[in-house]
This record gives sequence, structure tokens and C-alpha cells, in this order.
Amino acid sequence: MAKYSYDHDKARLSMQKYSLFSLACKTLNNHQGWRQAWRTLPLKNEYEILIIGAGGHGLATAYYLAKYHGITDVAVIEKGWLGGGNIARNTVTIRSNYMRDESIPFYVKSLELYEQLSQELNYNLMYSKRGMIDVIQTYPKLREIKRRMLSMHLHGSTYKSLDIEELRRQIPPLTGGGPDSRLPIISSMLHTDAAVCRHDAVAWGYARAADDYGVEIHQNTAVQRLLKGADGSIEGVITNRGKIRAKKIALAVSGHTTTLTDTVGLQLPLRTFNLTAFVSEPVKPLLDVIVNCPDLGVYLNQSDKGEIVIGGASDVGQSFRRDIKQDVFEDSVRATLELFPSFKRLKLLRQWGGALDIAPDATPIISKTKIPGLFVSAGWWGGFKAIPAGGLTFAHLIANNENHLLNEPFTLDRFDHLNFILESGTTAH
Amino acid sequence: MLEITCPFCGPRSETEYINGGPSKVNRAESPDGFTDSEWVDYLILAPNPLGPVKEEWCHIMGCSLWFTITRDTVTHEILPSPETSNE
Ligand SMILES: Cc1cc2nc3c(=O)[nH]c(=O)nc-3n(C[C@H](O)[C@H](O)[C@H](O)COP(=O)(O)OP(=O)(O)OC[C@H]3O[C@@H](n4cnc5c(N)ncnc54)[C@H](O)[C@@H]3O)c2cc1C
Ligand SMILES: [Zn+2]
Repeated sequence: MAKYSYDHDKARLSMQKYSLFSLACKTLNNHQGWRQAWRTLPLKNEYEILIIGAGGHGLATAYYLAKYHGITDVAVIEKGWLGGGNIARNTVTIRSNYMRDESIPFYVKSLELYEQLSQELNYNLMYSKRGMIDVIQTYPKLREIKRRMLSMHLHGSTYKSLDIEELRRQIPPLTGGGPDSRLPIISSMLHTDAAVCRHDAVAWGYARAADDYGVEIHQNTAVQRLLKGADGSIEGVITNRGKIRAKKIALAVSGHTTTLTDTVGLQLPLRTFNLTAFVSEPVKPLLDVIVNCPDLGVYLNQSDKGEIVIGGASDVGQSFRRDIKQDVFEDSVRATLELFPSFKRLKLLRQWGGALDIAPDATPIISKTKIPGLFVSAGWWGGFKAIPAGGLTFAHLIANNENHLLNEPFTLDRFDHLNFILESGTTAH
Repeated sequence: MLEITCPFCGPRSETEYINGGPSKVNRAESPDGFTDSEWVDYLILAPNPLGPVKEEWCHIMGCSLWFTITRDTVTHEILPSPETSNE
């Protein structure tokens, strides 16, 4: 594993520190004098590195480029507002229960980084390591999950069986799935490392820390196309605010990767689908773990505000639409009520979707491309959990032009010989 | 939910169909002329446009016909394109 001895803490601008003390002082002062969390600077026409997309992955990459590689002549370019993409739309499940030897260490690392990230960024991510329980209702799923457990144990991730009595004790509203139901619960598993945290805060925390190192963040700046130089390497981008030049360009545009790579004739094995979720009105605390129901295709948790957050299925067919279709919605509701009949009385507040791209093997891509200087981080189907490790390894790749040990399996050349890293994933994303 | 018109059965709701992904160019008729990397591209690449895409659907809960429609990936509007295929 790469070790970094180089920490540019000295190069920091003087970030205002959030603490009980600073809160008390500012309270006495009527909350006057808080500085903006990040600056808005004039857009230059050239940077050493351009990162496209101010979502979790783009901002984390900017932060680690500055922190570990001392590179701060970096601009993060965002077509909308910072943290307004999929990072604002996910169901905040952070977990490492993957199947493959290539995947598990990456997610184990990501969870490790998440666990201390609030301290590191001096930003409260409301991180809550509450565990995830899989409710299993079919034997094929049980076999798959047991296999997953064995490979996870090899890589230091945790997964263990729970008997059904204990399951019902831990999840009081889980009253369905009894012996006479359509799909009786036959087993369950506990993934103790799983956590949730405030999704927006991840974007805001990384943005503030990256800004503090001198990284520039430019919102409302849409990249319309990429530009190649005469020698075939990347040269810059055209945006709605004009041309910006950079010798290294990193795409972290979740869902819209091919929209940009198509503009330089680079075809990538990615298709974009719409994944959906919805939340209820806030209710009293009744669910203190993440519940994943892989046989029914739903997963849920209760937010700190009390809302029940339910993740549903994706639409069939490629889509950039970011809404939820009635039939997908009804299926997810029906599935939820099979196991949680009392939720029939919950009122739903909001429903939405998000456009995510996915590779044929469902494993992410963190890679150089055929175009020198152009890097991509894409295929993030369940990529919220992956933000710290994704940013860390992507920054390493961009800075050194070579892979970090953890992203080595995730490069594009795995497709040359169809060396798929097949991850079917569990339902919870 | 979409209403998709099966060339044989007429308009039916989306839930009666499965989606076979975007239409691709046909496989080479003489595979010998293909390089490995052309085969790989054939297997892994698919159009992913923001906008109209030609794609394959199968009326699995009806007559089982495979056919092609053109659908906008942003608006989900199905655009007129009466071509069908029965491969
Ligand atoms: C309903 C749903 C539930 C999910 N649940 C989970 C979960 O429980 N756990 C989990 O780990 N993951 C989950 N995910 C996936 C996760 O949200 C994404 O994988 C992750 O957020 C993607 O990385 P990001 O944060 O960098 O993306 P984004 O936040 O989407 O960032 C990409 C940014 O690029 C910008 N951009 C795009 N095109 C351009 C352009 N041309 N020029 C400039 N900027 C551009 C976008 O505006 C956007 O802000 C879920 C996703 C959805 C939709
Ligand atoms: Zn038919």
C-alpha cells in the first residue's frame, strides 16, 4: 500500500476551525463573522489539473491531490451547484460486503477513511456506524451471501449470521415474512461495519478542506466538450464560460461520463440508468440499523430526522431522467409492506431518482484512458461509500500517472481480455 | 410507466416487456476478419446518448416478439420508428 509521508498541512490557508469554542464565541457575536466555507474566485484560463464534477468523487480527489501530492493548481468545475448531483440523491449506505478479492480491500479502506473523516475534515458528517442486516428469503441468495461472507473474512470485513429470533428483536417493525407468508424469512446476516452519514456534508466537508489548500471550485460552469491537442493528448475543455486549458483532466461526472468522452471520440463501456429512492414523513425512532432485503429489492434506514429512507429499484432501459416511474415505485412499496406491514400508515414525502453509469461487470473504473492526460473515475453505481478511497486512489493516479495498489484492478484495460470483476452487489447501494 | 406498442399486439404497458438494451451493429458475418479488440468492443460497448436511442424490447408477457423502438433517454418519449426485427 502506498504510504504518504508528504502532508501539506503547512501549505493551508487559515481555515476557520469549527469547534464548541468557535461556536460559543460567534454566538456571543450574533453569528456575525463566519467566513464562507469556500471561496468563489475568478476563473483562470489554465490550471495544472482540471477536475470535472463537484460531487463526492471530484471534491475528494481535489482534497487528496492537495493533501498528499502537494498539487493545488487545481480547479473543480461543476455545471450546477456543488453537491447537487448523485451525492445529494443517495441513500447514504456505507458498507464493504462485496464479493471479489479485488473489491473488498478497496471498500474496507473506504470505510476506514470514513470513520475518521469528521475529525480529519473538521466537519461533522454525522457518521453513524449502525450496522446493516440482510433479511434473506430464498436459498440461492443465502448461498451467495454465505460465499460473500467467506471472502469478506479473508479481507478483514465483518459479516455474521443472526438467527431469526434475534433479527426480529433487533428490528421491531419487521413483522412480515412469517412462516405462512409468500417468502418466509429463512436467515439473516449482520454486517457490523456498515454505517450511514450525512451525504451533503461529505461534499461540503471535502470542498471546504480542498478550498483551504487553495483548490478553486467553480460552480455553474458546464463542460460542453473536451479538447484534444495536435499530438492526441488532452488539452482542455470548452465550457459555457469559455475555454480552460489543462494538461491533465479528470472526469468525475457520475452518469454523464460518456456524454463527455463521446466529444473526443472515446467510447467507454458504460451505460446510464436511473436508480430510485423515496422517504416518509419523520416518525419516532424505530429502526437503528440499515435493513437490506435483497430478495425483494428494497433496503431502508431511518434518518436522524426520523424519516424512513427507502431505496428502490432502477428503471429498465437506459435513462438520464432522475425521477421514479409509478410501477417501480409501487413495486418497492409493495415489497416494503410485505416485511413491514405497519408502514402502511406512513405518509411519503418525496421520491426521486439519479442517473448513474455502470460498467458491464458492475465494478467501477478508476483509470487512465487512451487519451494521454485524460483520467476517468466512473461506473459508480453504489459509489457514495467509495468516495474516500475513490478520491485517494484517483488523486494518486492523476498525480503519479500510475495506479494506486487499490485501484489497479479497476482500470479500463481489464476489458481488453474481458477480465470482468463481476459484482452483482447486494440490493443496498 | 411507458406505453410501448408491440408490432403484433398493439399498445401495452411497459411491465409486459423486457428491455434488451440499445441496438448494436450486427455481428460480423465473417468472424475471421475481426481482430480480438473489435470483438471486445462489440461485446462491451453500447450507445449511451442523452437523447434518442434505438433499442430492443421483447414482449415477454405477450407474443414474445423482439422489436426495435427509438426512445429518448431524457424525456422517455417514444419516437416514431416502425421498423421491427425478428432475429
Ligand atoms: C437513489 C440512489 C441511491 C443511492 N444509494 C447509495 C447508497 O446507499 N450507497 C452508496 O454508496 N451509493 C449510493 N448511490 C450512488 C452514489 O450516489 C453515487 O455513486 C455517487 O454519488 C457518485 O459519485 P459523485 O458523488 O462524485 O457523483 P455526483 O454527485 O453526481 O457528482 C458528479 C457531478 O458532475 C457534474 N457534472 C456532470 N456533467 C458535467 C459537465 N458536463 N460539466 C460540469 N459538471 C458536470 C454533476 O452536476 C455532478 O454534480 C445511490 C444513488 C442513487 C441515485
Ligand atoms: Zn406482442
